[in-house]
Amino acid sequence: MQDRRYVSSRAPYHPSPHPLSGHRRWDVPHWGISRSLVLCAAALLLASCQQAGVLDPQGPIASQELLLLVNTTEIMLVVVVPVILMALGFAWWYRAGNTRANHSPDWDYEGGVELVIWSIPALVVILLGGVEWIGSHQLDPRAPISSDAKPLQVDVVSLDWKWLFIYPDQQIAAVNQLVVPAGTPVNFNLTSATVMNSFFVPQLGTQIYTMGGMTSRVNLMADKPGEYPGISANFSGDGFADMRFVVKAVPAGEFDGWVQKVRGSGPALDDRAYAELAKPSHAVPPTTYSSADAKLFDRIIGLTTNPGEKTRADGAWCPPTPQADAIETATKPQTGG
Amino acid sequence: MLGRLSWDAIPFNEPIALVTSIVVILGALAILAIVTVMGWWPYLWKEWLTSVDHKRIGVMYVFLALVMLLRGFADGIMMRSQQAIAVGGAEGYLDPGHYNQIFSAHGTIMIFFVAMPFVVGLMNFAVPLQLGVRDVAFPVLNSVSFWLTASGALLVNLSLFIGNFARTGWMGYPPLSELAFSPDVGVDYYLWSLQISGVGTLLAGINMVTTILKVRAPGMLYFRMPVFCWTALASNMLIIAAFPILTATFAMLLLDRHLGMHFFTNEAGGNQMMYVNLFWAWGHPEVYILILPAFGVFSEVFATFSGKALFGYRSMVLATLAICVLSFMVWLHHFFTMGAGANVNAFFGLMSMVIAVPTGVKVFNWLFTMFHGRLVFTTPVLFSIGFVVTFVIGGMTGVLLAIPPVDFILHNSVFLIAHFHNVIIGGVLFGAIAGYNYWFPKAFGFTLDERFGKASFWCWFVGFYLAFMPLYMLGLMGMTRRLQHISDPSWQPLLLVAEAGAVVIFLGILCQIAQLYVSIRTRASRRDLTGDPYNARTLEWATASPPPAYNFAIMPEVGEVDWFWEMKKKADLDELPPTYETIEMPRNSPTGFVSAFFAVLTGFALIWHIWWLAILALLGAAVTMMAFGWSENREFEISAAEVARIEQSRPGLGRAA
Repeated sequence: MQDRRYVSSRAPYHPSPHPLSGHRRWDVPHWGISRSLVLCAAALLLASCQQAGVLDPQGPIASQELLLLVNTTEIMLVVVVPVILMALGFAWWYRAGNTRANHSPDWDYEGGVELVIWSIPALVVILLGGVEWIGSHQLDPRAPISSDAKPLQVDVVSLDWKWLFIYPDQQIAAVNQLVVPAGTPVNFNLTSATVMNSFFVPQLGTQIYTMGGMTSRVNLMADKPGEYPGISANFSGDGFADMRFVVKAVPAGEFDGWVQKVRGSGPALDDRAYAELAKPSHAVPPTTYSSADAKLFDRIIGLTTNPGEKTRADGAWCPPTPQADAIETATKPQTGG
Repeated sequence: MLGRLSWDAIPFNEPIALVTSIVVILGALAILAIVTVMGWWPYLWKEWLTSVDHKRIGVMYVFLALVMLLRGFADGIMMRSQQAIAVGGAEGYLDPGHYNQIFSAHGTIMIFFVAMPFVVGLMNFAVPLQLGVRDVAFPVLNSVSFWLTASGALLVNLSLFIGNFARTGWMGYPPLSELAFSPDVGVDYYLWSLQISGVGTLLAGINMVTTILKVRAPGMLYFRMPVFCWTALASNMLIIAAFPILTATFAMLLLDRHLGMHFFTNEAGGNQMMYVNLFWAWGHPEVYILILPAFGVFSEVFATFSGKALFGYRSMVLATLAICVLSFMVWLHHFFTMGAGANVNAFFGLMSMVIAVPTGVKVFNWLFTMFHGRLVFTTPVLFSIGFVVTFVIGGMTGVLLAIPPVDFILHNSVFLIAHFHNVIIGGVLFGAIAGYNYWFPKAFGFTLDERFGKASFWCWFVGFYLAFMPLYMLGLMGMTRRLQHISDPSWQPLLLVAEAGAVVIFLGILCQIAQLYVSIRTRASRRDLTGDPYNARTLEWATASPPPAYNFAIMPEVGEVDWFWEMKKKADLDELPPTYETIEMPRNSPTGFVSAFFAVLTGFALIWHIWWLAILALLGAAVTMMAFGWSENREFEISAAEVARIEQSRPGLGRAA
């Protein structure tokens, strides 16, 4: 199950089946064509199936979720495959023309058979239900990840159409890029300053909705340094397809260096900069902000639920905690970083 | 005067929409011209538009579904093409504003105006015949229901020419669907067309439940009803319980949009989570509203063509009712990722899995119906076997998605898209097409062409796998739904396979059109003179094909399940010369058509804020209803002599009562 390349490399070598040219029993004119079409499709599917997305987990949450996916699939296949074979086998053997097949037109009830056919799905569901119940509790998005490292706090805000990441403890912020230390749990608080989105990094696992006026929580961790694509997984309007970001997991020791670098360059995320950022924009390149208010997340929630605040000064957001000096130096977000 | 309506509403600068509009309008004008020139209006008006005959209404429902299937499929293949082309840096041929309308319209149309009218039409046609009665409980209401559904479909299609459709997805989640984020008419088209058709669906549900509970042939006890009637009962009870939730939810969103209220807004105490909850409290029962009648069709098809009684009748009924109840306890699985606690998520995940038990029992019962049977591979049987094979895969991926932690990584991905197309195409649509092929001879008196029928099955079957297996893979690779363009070029090969699958499905649809055309052309040689072309088991086959307006000249006295089969076995048919009696039948009524006309006007006026027209149209609808309410002379009599004449002119000669 782990190495899919092995499976895919074998697929093209399956001998092509002989078209059932002589078979008239099914009276199926397209049998040969469709059979080969299906095989071609299967080969193509396997060949182009890559180790990516949720199939390539890079953190403990994603790994456990994929394991759960694989295990439950295997449990169900134990029943599903025989059912498919029975459907095809019964249909073929009990075809009208087969004189060797038994025929009992009045056989429409058998207590023992009924008992078995209620029991099989029930037993499978009891087994799966146990797995599901335990898995749901172990993988509760809000459950902390056990680790020696102190979790990093990141506040996430979905905007039209980009992601704002605020590091309240470091008092910096970034747009469409999320730098985290590998091997350190990250504790996310999430909200939306606009419509509903879903914060999702397929290789790290669990997605969660971001909703205006509310805080969602999720804990994730990257095992190794690397770059993992993130998306919005809930449709949010015209710029939705470009609402992508990158998670850069850096070695734990390099994270502080990155924070220092960000602090030393780029604009501050003051109120005017945020008001500018909150305007709808497409395909925004990754940006960093050298400073951000640790309480910005809470203020955005307040602002989303009470937009009347916005109209106080020239349409821009007027914050509850004034930072006059920051407003003076506001510049447009610079790209790069 | 005209509210928001102006020349800007016509899509002059969108070539695709404009050309489609012109072609559709010209086509419609051509059809109207032909009908006028040929002088078919009186026939259409008398025999179809004002008909209150459940069979005619059922046929019109299915016709509406097939026409809308073409529209919905056109949207679908446009989406597939856009995603197959717009990879890497390419923008494709649809800008987001257009693409977003197309996937919203695709979902809305396929659920509300293809799947719903298809299964409602089949139930309308077959249930009264299977119950051995002459019509549904409220024939005029039945006509009103159909025409309201058609009104909704018309409004959705109007959005193509005048204004635009919603860009929010077919679920219309707020706050995106609120005025602040969707200020144009798109969401209003979505809401008003579904409000109008939703009322029609609710009335149809009330009608059908009343019919099954109150209008049955003598001796037709509940446990003598065909399983299709049981599934129809369960499905329509779900309609009665679920559709008011949708209507109320949409009403709240409309109040937000029209009157500035705050049910689901971000600000002023609105709560978007409540919409999502309410939407799926309707939405999950909805999928069982669709699939249960399909299960009923498969039960009829497997039993009929195996020449055997359905295996485990009582356990089928029990499973149907279990699904009916359980379907109201699972809706939260559509939003595990909203952040509910582990206990809540685990409970709803578990309940979702429990539904797999009665469904699994049904599958085994169909298998054991074939067991020791004599299976004839007709088109409905191919669709039914294709269904079992496909549906267990869709059921398996459904159980996967019911596990909250698995859903956390697959929610809203194209894996989910593949899953629900797997159960809706492989389940609902295969069932509907099987039912269409199965009952067509009963409805029209001639059989459908088997060669094109089987070819259509293979195209649908292969096309489905080609189109949706790649989406399962892409979902696992991290592709989410509703992307107007795709950044990862390594996804393109699979997207091209999916596109090829859509083309194969298109061939299947072409085969169905050819099947219909060829069958009509050669109908003289494919007449069903017996009324019972398959040696079937249930009462609808006891009367002529097509049945006379009154269905049964003499009401059958039912003594067992599969009563027609028992009658044939006892061979006591035609022993006594039947004595016919005068039959009282409901008169045709233009109430449905006229009130639907006013409903369209009302919807259109409300969408465009033309308040005076809305008030006038509502008054018109009210007057129509009152005129019907005060009318007398709603029934007419067919004399015994006339019944005798009709029965004796029947070519196969009355086999049954």
